[in-house]
Amino acid sequence: MAKKTIRTIPQERTPMGEQPPLVRARNFEEVSFGYTEEQALREAERCLFCPDQPCMEGCPVGIEIPSFIEQITKSNFRGAYDVITKTNLMPAICGRVCPQEKQCEGVCTVGKGLEPVAIGRLERWVGDRAIAEGWSNVPYIQSTRLRVGIVGSGPAGIACAADLAKAGCDVTVFEALHLPGGVLRYGIPDFRLPNEVIDAEVANLRRLGVKFECNTLVGRLFTIEQMVGEMGFDAVFIGTGAGYPTMLGIPGDALNGVLSANELLTRCNLMGGRRFPQFDTPVPHGKRVAVVGAGNTAMDAMRVSLRLGAEKVYCIYRRSRTECPARAEEIHHAEEEGVEFHWLTNPVALLDNGKGAVRGMTCVRMELGEPDDSGRRRPVVVKGSEFDFEADLVVFAIGTNANPIMGQTSGLALNKWGYIATDETLATSIAGVYAGGDIVTGAATVIEAMGAGRTAAASIKAYLGLRDQGRPYAPEGSSSLFGIDTRERNFVRVRTGEAVTP
Amino acid sequence: MAAYEIVAREDYSDVTFMLEVRHPMMARAAKPGQFVIVIPHEHGERIPLTLADFDAAKGTITLVIQAVGKTTKEMQQQCLVGTSLFGLVGPMGIPTKFGEVKKVACVGGGLGVAPIFPHLRAFKERGAYVIGIVGFRNESLMFWEDKFRAHCDEYIVCTDDGSVGMKGLVTKGIELAMKEHPDLDEVVAIGPPIMMRGCAETTRPHGIKTMVSLNPLMVDGTGMCGGCRVKVGPTVKFACVDGPDFDGHAVDFDDLITRLGRFKEDEALALKRWNESCMATGNVAHFGPLREAMMQLPDPFDQTCGG
Repeated sequence: MAKKTIRTIPQERTPMGEQPPLVRARNFEEVSFGYTEEQALREAERCLFCPDQPCMEGCPVGIEIPSFIEQITKSNFRGAYDVITKTNLMPAICGRVCPQEKQCEGVCTVGKGLEPVAIGRLERWVGDRAIAEGWSNVPYIQSTRLRVGIVGSGPAGIACAADLAKAGCDVTVFEALHLPGGVLRYGIPDFRLPNEVIDAEVANLRRLGVKFECNTLVGRLFTIEQMVGEMGFDAVFIGTGAGYPTMLGIPGDALNGVLSANELLTRCNLMGGRRFPQFDTPVPHGKRVAVVGAGNTAMDAMRVSLRLGAEKVYCIYRRSRTECPARAEEIHHAEEEGVEFHWLTNPVALLDNGKGAVRGMTCVRMELGEPDDSGRRRPVVVKGSEFDFEADLVVFAIGTNANPIMGQTSGLALNKWGYIATDETLATSIAGVYAGGDIVTGAATVIEAMGAGRTAAASIKAYLGLRDQGRPYAPEGSSSLFGIDTRERNFVRVRTGEAVTP
Repeated sequence: MAAYEIVAREDYSDVTFMLEVRHPMMARAAKPGQFVIVIPHEHGERIPLTLADFDAAKGTITLVIQAVGKTTKEMQQQCLVGTSLFGLVGPMGIPTKFGEVKKVACVGGGLGVAPIFPHLRAFKERGAYVIGIVGFRNESLMFWEDKFRAHCDEYIVCTDDGSVGMKGLVTKGIELAMKEHPDLDEVVAIGPPIMMRGCAETTRPHGIKTMVSLNPLMVDGTGMCGGCRVKVGPTVKFACVDGPDFDGHAVDFDDLITRLGRFKEDEALALKRWNESCMATGNVAHFGPLREAMMQLPDPFDQTCGG
């Protein structure tokens, strides 16, 4: 085969079929259909298999991207799935929710001249194919009798659970809600990530031997100290998420019709509120909905509002489009569906309709000043630019603070913002207890949380004396007794479970 | 940990019933002041209920429920001994702190009568002089008299019609207690928001510390949605993780009451639909009095008040 160059590959990025904007804006079916086999093969041809593989560097979990794309070009789809699942057990989820343009696709070599290879769409296609065909990779696992408890079944928790289960640990995941999945379940709406996809990925984990205990609020039902103490867990991973939504703290934010995006999304997604009254949980309906913020959660809240029957949905964001943190595809989809964006606009007060409900808000115009700590240009109020804005539902999607439950119920050291303090191995102040994801970093993305879950899993393996294929096994001299690493508790010698499937 | 089996049930009146649910781990972990979230069935909503009792030895927790809205009426009809709840999470919230209190009045009104019991018992166990003040609309709604009498030094019953005990609201009971015991250290009040506001206003002029247990609308109960936010003094708190106990003199009850009515129309619709379906199927056979109660459609707003 002649060497591919940027001139010989298909020049245009293969488009993905979607529901037409005005149709989908009124239903909860998935927006994008995903690639067909033909489309996937064409798009896979666009990869140059360049030698420096920047995409792998760009991926928080280091998926061997060129390798899985190569398998697709050879029509070895099962092979592609096997390559991805070496590092990422959930391609169908990550392919849908990762901000690829900031990760793998953002650094793609093809992207320097043309549009980058649609890595995310290819990943999703492989993941969907696996679900449709019922593939799952259950590696040869040699049980170690080591028990690991995982708090939270969101992306960080399940990524950590998968790695540890593969290493032979007896893993139990505790979830406070009644269904596993965390933010994938309560936050990301069906039209972006169907529940069936989450169910399939959770079923994969169950096949690895991971146990899920829902309706279990760790901290209150039992504490972290009890887990590593009387409950006999050899290690614990905390991936509870950031959880405590921020309100703006402006006059009127306690009015009815003002709520957090988390509440709107949870009522709608997890509790099935959009089917009220068949389901018992009501959702707030607005005719004119203003969503404050422009992250992925804000996009989800806006698009859910449209589907719940809002006539007008506005996005109110104090910075400009350039600084907007949402995934490019989500902004694009939201725009197509008819969301009106008001950049450089900030609410300063919410207005009462006289009955304790919101009727609108007073906003000011902003302009961009000098860059702030985050490197983004700081928005500054334009004097005398106040104006009123009509809205009967106001949704705040402006980020979250640290959930206080872990801090209230354990002796874990917290940082000054209330997040759990960890070192670079994600170890907390309690021996054997690790933490990762939003509860350590503050609100971030699904894949970053998964990356943290995997880092913690590697650290837990090291702590428990299990070999980790990802890094050379080199016990520190000081912790070695008679040549036996003291971290190898109970002197159980273990073979790594990351065996290759035939 | 699925299947939360109902092992005992008792009906105190047409609207009030008690469920004892098996959950040994929760029974060990629970402390006074905490609450649980119940999901009756797969399509159900998550409703917060304050723990009315817990027994580590038996491995059960006790809930006392007033059937006033769709979900609670449905539970009244369907939560029989031997059946299971779809979901039960808890204990949630910060347990009540029992400081150096020598003399305390524990006040329960309506739905708050059962949840005040663990407080009362805990104060008694810590050696305090405990005055129990409970309020009901009339004698027929009264329950747990023995349980209260066994754990308090004084027991005051207030009824709206005077059919038993004092005639009047629980605030009259508090006034009486304050008159007879000028050295009262603390008042703990649980019940509908209007009742808790009344209690806080009664004690405010005397500067007696008054704790209230708030029960706003909640979804997850873990601090994730912010639906239960309440104004306490100048700050906004989440009742589920920052409470549910707050200083009654600092709570903005007007705000709480407005926010409780957020889904009033939806709740009324759900109840109406449910009542109609019951009428259509004649599905209320084992609860005679319920049929009558349902005819006088209570305000669904009540469902969310207190408890």
